[in-house]
Parts: sequence; structure tokens; C-alpha cells
Amino acid sequence: MSSVQIRDVRKSFGNFEVLHGVSIPIEDGEFVVLVGPSGCGKSTLLRMLAGLENITSGTISIGDRVVNNVQPKERDIAMVFQNYALYPHMTVADNMGFSLKLRGAKPEEISTGVKRAAEILALTPLLDRYPRQLSGGQRQRVAMGRAIVRDPQVFLFDEPLSNLDAKLRVAMRTEIKELHQRLKTTTVYVTHDQIEAMTMADKIVVMHDGIVEQMGTPLELYDTPANQFVAGFIGSPAMNFLKGKVKSNGVAGFEGPNGVKLPLKTAPANSEGQPAVYGVRPEHFTIADDGAEAEIVVVEPTGSETQVFAKLGGEQVVAVFRERHQFSPGDKVRLKPDPALVHLFDETTGKRLNG
Amino acid sequence: MADIAIAPRRAKTEIREASAWDQLKHNRNWLGFWFMVPALAFLIFFLAYPLGLGIWLSFTDTRIGRVGQYVGTENYEWLWDDAIFWLSVFNTLLYTFIASAIKFGIGLYLALLLNENMPFKAMLRALVLIPFIVPTVLSALAFWWIFDSQFSIISWSLKQMGLITENINFLGDTTWARICVIFANIWRGVPFVAITLLAGLQTVQPSLYEAATLDGASRWQMFRFITYPLLTPIIAVVMTFSVLFTFTDFQLIWAMTRGGPVNATHLMATLSYQRAIIAGQLGEGAAISSAMIPFLLAAIMVSWFGLQRRKWQQGENND
Repeated sequence: MSSVQIRDVRKSFGNFEVLHGVSIPIEDGEFVVLVGPSGCGKSTLLRMLAGLENITSGTISIGDRVVNNVQPKERDIAMVFQNYALYPHMTVADNMGFSLKLRGAKPEEISTGVKRAAEILALTPLLDRYPRQLSGGQRQRVAMGRAIVRDPQVFLFDEPLSNLDAKLRVAMRTEIKELHQRLKTTTVYVTHDQIEAMTMADKIVVMHDGIVEQMGTPLELYDTPANQFVAGFIGSPAMNFLKGKVKSNGVAGFEGPNGVKLPLKTAPANSEGQPAVYGVRPEHFTIADDGAEAEIVVVEPTGSETQVFAKLGGEQVVAVFRERHQFSPGDKVRLKPDPALVHLFDETTGKRLNG
Repeated sequence: MADIAIAPRRAKTEIREASAWDQLKHNRNWLGFWFMVPALAFLIFFLAYPLGLGIWLSFTDTRIGRVGQYVGTENYEWLWDDAIFWLSVFNTLLYTFIASAIKFGIGLYLALLLNENMPFKAMLRALVLIPFIVPTVLSALAFWWIFDSQFSIISWSLKQMGLITENINFLGDTTWARICVIFANIWRGVPFVAITLLAGLQTVQPSLYEAATLDGASRWQMFRFITYPLLTPIIAVVMTFSVLFTFTDFQLIWAMTRGGPVNATHLMATLSYQRAIIAGQLGEGAAISSAMIPFLLAAIMVSWFGLQRRKWQQGENND
């Protein structure tokens, strides 16, 4: 186990820069999830960490050692690939023991290592099978087993669950988290799925267009997103955004589209009339007499909660209720955002305005 | 419940039994048969019939212009004591073995090279195919000139460099002639091996190499433990075809040496042609051709076992 320091790392392919100076400190034993839409550079960053891509500028260190010019096999990392990258012509045991074999370990040593990893992942009955004879989830576990056998300083996961069906994905998510709690190995995990990020991470790094938008614990990111991008990316269903102006004379408030009045706990200093974006999460709407009038468009019950799509000041918003309101399309309701939980963003820069 | 009698209703219209002709028109199995007929006819007329005829001829004393009599295995007995026939068998095996082995080596090397990222990759791949697309007889004629006893460019160059004083008698010396025809065959056969193996290499997922890199494999270990084992099914196919083509080679030899000098480059195919068509002894020529069948069958058997699905290829592949 060891810490990882990523300092001002840049990556260019030809003249095209894909990472514009990324710095991420990762503590010993931490589970860090890099999350962002496709093309944001998260996988490239992970591959640079693994040594599969070279670093254009900046430094990456694992432990106390700068690894910019260290060969992948010397970096003491193990990686789980999106398509698992299992060697199809080797049995599960051979797949898991391959790195030990290349290192020149004795056969007994290899089989002890493989057995230990197989027990951790409940793969013992499958050791003689070939990858083709395994299900998706089993292959996923073999790929992890291959990483565990090496007992590395850092685990790298590159979207490991995206080839699995929804149910298995949830199960494997828990399994990976459990494994991390058991082995306490520093882990860097790349995904585009914010739910995976929220559920698994000690620390989430939200990336977008080659920069880090925000770093923090899952709940920090959920409660106080640093900008409109993070606000929209974290949380499902996504946050509603309404454009308008801040009203700070007298009672703080917000004038949304078509003059809709929305509550604000405190307005930022000197912000009267400032154009801004008002963000409210679907789960922070309540039905209240002093709410803004909205017309219901679609009602989607999911059992535990109900998603309601409605027109608020001409803009479509989504609200989620755990109570079972009897709504039907065309109904007029009064939606009220919880003023303590609304977010305010700068209209041009997208930066967070309220505390 | 069921004791209420229901008067049997009269059947509406009699359903007509399908006639045999209807079945031929509509039955799916027959439909499949109709689709097979053209290919079947083609195979029967142009492959099975000539093959059968050839085998039949080998048991007769047919000559050109004269219907033969059945003579049993006389032709084969004759060949058994024929030193030239045995020389041609030796030549064919030598030619096939050496040419195929070298074609495999060079082809694999070229395929690995072309699979790397390098400038002008597409153009180089196209260039490699050139020997394959030039008609055999044309390239044989070119080689004939290259290896000519008087005008050979190789002899000329070596003389200019002062390495030799006399022209090398490429196609006149038995050893040189064998080397030359084998060289020409390799030149012609390498593209097929290289391009097919390249296609095989491209089916290997790049992430396997990345995983192997992280596992600490050197370039050689990657080839030895990843590339080569994954390529074996394709190698089996390519080498089967390569061996079959080389074993039955005719054009190249006939255009370059006609089997000479002193039968040193006579293959079974050229000897068969010489005896059957040039000398008119159709029966004997057919016997030589038929004698190739056991060798070809043996080659096919080897590849058939080589082509069996390996254990790791079994099971579904859902990645």
C-alpha cells in the first residue's frame, strides 16, 4: 500500500491536449473514483498511472517514487480492464498466476498465491476453467483475482462493471467495496457512472474536458457542488436548473423564468439583479401553498418514490416525492424548493455563488 | 360436465394432401437442396468427375488418341521401379518442406512487423501483396531472366563488385536450380502467409498486451505466451493451404526449369504433365498424379487434427 501523488499532469496527443494540468492527491489506502463523461480524460489519466501512456508533463509518484520513467511492471500496480483482458487460452489459475510466472516464482509459490486469491474471491471451483466457460461476473472476479495475486501497492480499475448487466453490476459494486475494506489497498477506480462513484468512493474526483472540476467525499459533492457541471453530474435524477435573477432587496429571493418567484435563504452580497442559475434537486421540492405554480406533465411511479415532471415558469422540471400524491397530467400544483438546500450558480462561469 | 353431446360439425373444406410436387416446391429441406444444386453440379463436373477419371486412367494404359485397356496396378508397379519417379517424390517433399518452413518463418515475421504501428503502414501492407497478385507465369518468367545463365542480373552485379569472375549457372546446376525454384516459390507464397497471419494478429485484443505489459512480460514473452498460442488456429489453416499449394505446384517450375536440369527440379505435378501430355502416356501420368493423393491426405489429416477446436475456444464468447 502506498499513497499516490498526481501533480499538474498534462497529456497531449500530437497538438491536441486532453489533460490540462491535473493534480490529485491520493492517500494511502484510499478508494478514489475518477468520474466524468466520456472523453473527459479519466481513462487516459488511469493509463498514465499504469504506465500504458507516457506523461507529457507533470509528475506522478507512487509512494515516494516518481514513476514518470518507470516501466509499468516496475510500478507495482495492478489493473482491471473494462473487457477484463483475460488470456483466453489460459485457465483461470494460469491467468491469475501469469504475473508470478513471469517474475520467475516457483510453481509452489504460484499455486499458493493463486489459491489465496481464489479463496478471497470464491473462485476455487473455477480454477481449471477457461475464460470462455465463465459468466460475465465470474470473469470480472478472475480479473480482480489476477490483480490480487500480485499484491500490488495500488489497484487500478478501468470501468470494470460496464460490461455487466444492471443487477450484477450492483452486486459486484458491493463486492469490490468489500474487497477494498478487507485488503485496504489504495485504489483508483474510473467510471462514468455517478452512482458507482457515489456508492464506492472515499473520495470522488469529477473530471470534465481534461480538468478536475471538484474533489471531495460523495456527500460533499452532493451537498455543495462547486459548479454547475458537478451539480448536474452528481445525483439522479439530475438537478433542475432555472435561469433568472437574484433579488436581494428586502426578502432574499430569485426571479425565475417568466417571473416565477423562488425562495432563497440568503442572497450573495451585492447581488441584486445579478443573472444566475438556480439549482434545485428533484428530491428537495415539496408541495406547499406558498410554492410556485406548476403544471404536471408526466407522472412516473417507481414504487418507493414517484418522479413528477412538471412545467414551472415554462421550463420543465422534475421532482421526486416519497409520499404518494395522487397526481395526474394537467393538474396544477404548487412546488416549493427547500430554501436551505437550493444552489445558486454564476450564469456565465457556472461557479457556485451561495455558501 | 362432458356428457352434453355436441353434434359433430361438418368439416368445412377438405384439406388437400400436398402432392410430391408441392413438397418439392415448398418443403424447406427440398428448398435447401435446390439451392445446393448449382454448387453441387459444379463440384461434380469440375472436381469429382476429373478426379475419378484420373484415378480410373491410372489403372489403364490409355495414350493420347487411343482408348486404353484396364491394366490393374501395372502403372504403379512400373513407377515403383522408376528412379525418376522417386526422384520427383523426393524433390516434391524437399521443395514443400523447405519452402513451407521458410514461408512460415518470413510470413510470421512480416505479419508481426506489419502489425506494429509504423509510418506508411497501409502502403507497406499493399506492397507485401504484390508477389501474390502478379500472375505466376509472369513472375516465373522474371525469375527465369534473373537466373539466366548469361544475362542474370545477380551474376552481373557480383561480377561488377568483383566477387566472382564467371557467371553462376543458376538453372543449369542441380543444387542451384533447386535453390532457385524454392526461392521463387517462397517469394510468391510469403504474401499469402503474411497477410493471413496479419489478419489473425489483428483479432488479438490490444488489451491483452496491455495486461501482459502490466504483468511484466517482455516482448519475447508476449509473443511466446500470448500471440503465438492465440495464433495457432490460424497458423494451422494457413500452413495447410500453403503446404497443399506448394506440394501441387506446377506453373512456377514448368515456366522456369521444366523439371531440369537432369530432373533435379521435377515435382510430381510436372513429371505427371510431362509423361501424360508431352509424352502422351495418359495412364502413367495419371498414376503419378494419383500417387500425390496419399501425401495430400496426410497433410490434410495433420491439419484436421491441428484445426480441432482447442479447449480454450469452447464455450460461448460474450465479450
